[in-house]
Amino acid sequence: MKNIVEHPLKKYFREEINYTTCSGCGNGIISQSILRAIDKLNISFDQFAFVSGIGCSGWIPSPYFNTDILHVTHGRSVAFATGLKLAAPQLKVIICAGDGDTSAIGGNHFIHAARRNIDLTVICVNNLIYGMTGGQVAPTTPYFSKTITTPYGSIERPFDLSNLAIAAGATFVARWTTYQARLLTNSIKKAIMHKGFSFVEIISQCPVQYGKVVGMSNDPVGMLMHYKECSVNIKKAKNMSEDELKGKIIVGELMEKENVPELTDEIKRLRMEAKRK
Amino acid sequence: MIQINKDACKGCGICIAMCPVKILEFSNDLNKVGVHYPIVLDETECTECENCMIYCPDFAMVVIKNEK
Amino acid sequence: MKSSVQKEHKTEFLQGNIACAEGAIFAGCKFFAGYPITPASEILHYMSRRMFEVDGTFIQTEDELAAIANIIGASWGGVKSMTASSGPGISLMLENIGLAVVTETPCVILNVQRGSPSTGSPTIAFQGDMLQPKFGSHGEYQIIALAPSSPQEMFDFTIIAFNKAEKYRTPVFILADSSVGHMREKVEFPCEDEIVLEERKKLETYQGIHQKIFLDENVAPMPIFGKGLKANITGSTHKEDGSRNVSDPKIMDNAIKKLSNKILKHKDDIIIIEENYLDDAEVAIFSYGLEYRAVLETVNLARKKGLKVGCFRPVTIWPFPQEQIEALSKKVKVIIVCENNLGQIYPFVKAAAQGNAKVIFLPPKILGTLYNQEEILNKIKEVI
Repeated sequence: MKNIVEHPLKKYFREEINYTTCSGCGNGIISQSILRAIDKLNISFDQFAFVSGIGCSGWIPSPYFNTDILHVTHGRSVAFATGLKLAAPQLKVIICAGDGDTSAIGGNHFIHAARRNIDLTVICVNNLIYGMTGGQVAPTTPYFSKTITTPYGSIERPFDLSNLAIAAGATFVARWTTYQARLLTNSIKKAIMHKGFSFVEIISQCPVQYGKVVGMSNDPVGMLMHYKECSVNIKKAKNMSEDELKGKIIVGELMEKENVPELTDEIKRLRMEAKRK
Repeated sequence: MIQINKDACKGCGICIAMCPVKILEFSNDLNKVGVHYPIVLDETECTECENCMIYCPDFAMVVIKNEK
Repeated sequence: MKSSVQKEHKTEFLQGNIACAEGAIFAGCKFFAGYPITPASEILHYMSRRMFEVDGTFIQTEDELAAIANIIGASWGGVKSMTASSGPGISLMLENIGLAVVTETPCVILNVQRGSPSTGSPTIAFQGDMLQPKFGSHGEYQIIALAPSSPQEMFDFTIIAFNKAEKYRTPVFILADSSVGHMREKVEFPCEDEIVLEERKKLETYQGIHQKIFLDENVAPMPIFGKGLKANITGSTHKEDGSRNVSDPKIMDNAIKKLSNKILKHKDDIIIIEENYLDDAEVAIFSYGLEYRAVLETVNLARKKGLKVGCFRPVTIWPFPQEQIEALSKKVKVIIVCENNLGQIYPFVKAAAQGNAKVIFLPPKILGTLYNQEEILNKIKEVI
């Protein structure tokens, strides 16, 4: 009689692991990467708080993770997380939000948190579409894409979210695809330990909605292999021309800056200053 | 050894694609959810790379390392 | 043995907005987030200094949506939090105010009302947002809202607001207006031990997956983050343990009714009213906020002229003092409603009176200024 061995990450869940995601959705791979990173860091899960937005990625931590979780309104997770972190700076606050949540409705909060360099980790699940609501175009959807709200093809250039994060002042930025799950885990570890605003963008397969857009409907393996083909590490990409980089996904740790003033530290400094006066 | 929770599987096939030694394939029968799930062709060829465990979106695969 | 020495009370000559800030600090506020907006910016400026002096946190956010999100997040981090804005800013906050209600998050929101709608008249006192706390956010919910009429009341009512927010785990509104916010008057500070400050009921230890942290009519304990309590907080319809359920009618019915009853069951503790000269009154004047000062002075004058008129003032606009109005309507013949708008609370007074007394609305001759005594007196004489 075989013994049932628990999944090594089961201890981070409240009950049975039961994601209701579509078959092959990248969410589960990302969830594993986050939890594996935390497991490797050997920090008590109670020290973490997850804030998530509305959209499929919001369901990565909520309601499954066995620690404090705050599932808020669409686009606002970074703003809620800012208040939480300022009030309880000892917490490691991780945000799980999608590309639309982060850069459309939540765009303003995203760029300001980066500018403030507040010690938060944003896990941005970028599936290049609005998945949960049925496949509408997102600020990250490639030009010409035919989605349910761009039946003639998208006429808007997409954001490069990692570049946007860097331009806004984020001090740790990494981008991977779900194909590079192990490297993603390493970057998430670094992001969590980095004192400052960390942005980890993951290009993740949405086989149902985005798969439809690129002719890979319900083909998560196809989408993963496509990521494998198109990923170029930043170290290599630096020496490639714009033409060579067309259609490629630049992955790697794109920004890492230490010793930039971090918001909760600055608040502490202001308190001391205020009392001295 | 690869422990497969067949009823947690949604039949995405990612584990099969990510196995470097191609020892996983779809079952003939269906699980409770109504999809084909992975079965191990030859346990002895498993390199314990843990790809199937790491890439399974539904946490259905566990690699139990053989004690040496 | 009673002490014969009167305690010395600190008094200061303060602007209404500043008095509100000091009231918040007295109440233990340790987090302020806000966005500049006339006529509330003074409290933002003041808190940007004072919060750090009391070991608190101040943040000027990128917009009002971030301000309300910040104070809710901070409340879950365990601190008393507040924001201040005016009508246009509150309009932006409404979605997340609903989240604060549903997640039973204590926090305080000051609205220094201005000429409206839209950009309106930023420096003009107006009572145009009276329904906003109760009906502004989508959905069915109860809220607490107080209407101060002076800097002293800005101070006092802010403490009450924090106390009610903590006691009932709810957002609480303070509905001031541009004049109350900007006028300067003497404010007397209580001594520290003279006022009991409420603290939210906290969950002390993790009670398991099905721990009751919501939907108790007598207020469930709040699982502050970072204490190993594994809080499960969502804006979706949920059960007592926070687990989401958006399909079971019994659960959804419970979620909405218990949430509302948490406030309605404790109306006696929450509702504050002021009644003057009503014992033998034939006519009562209903007014609140700044208008109440004009009305009270007029009623004083009317009484000197022998007119049997009194005044009824709701300090809490929400929950609406329905029973108290019904009782009033059985005592007097006419209730005149005076408010600095085109009749926002008037329909509620009329409904609560249930035809027992005639309820009429005296529209302000000019919106944006106080009623003058003559208009009120003429109306009293007309109906008495």
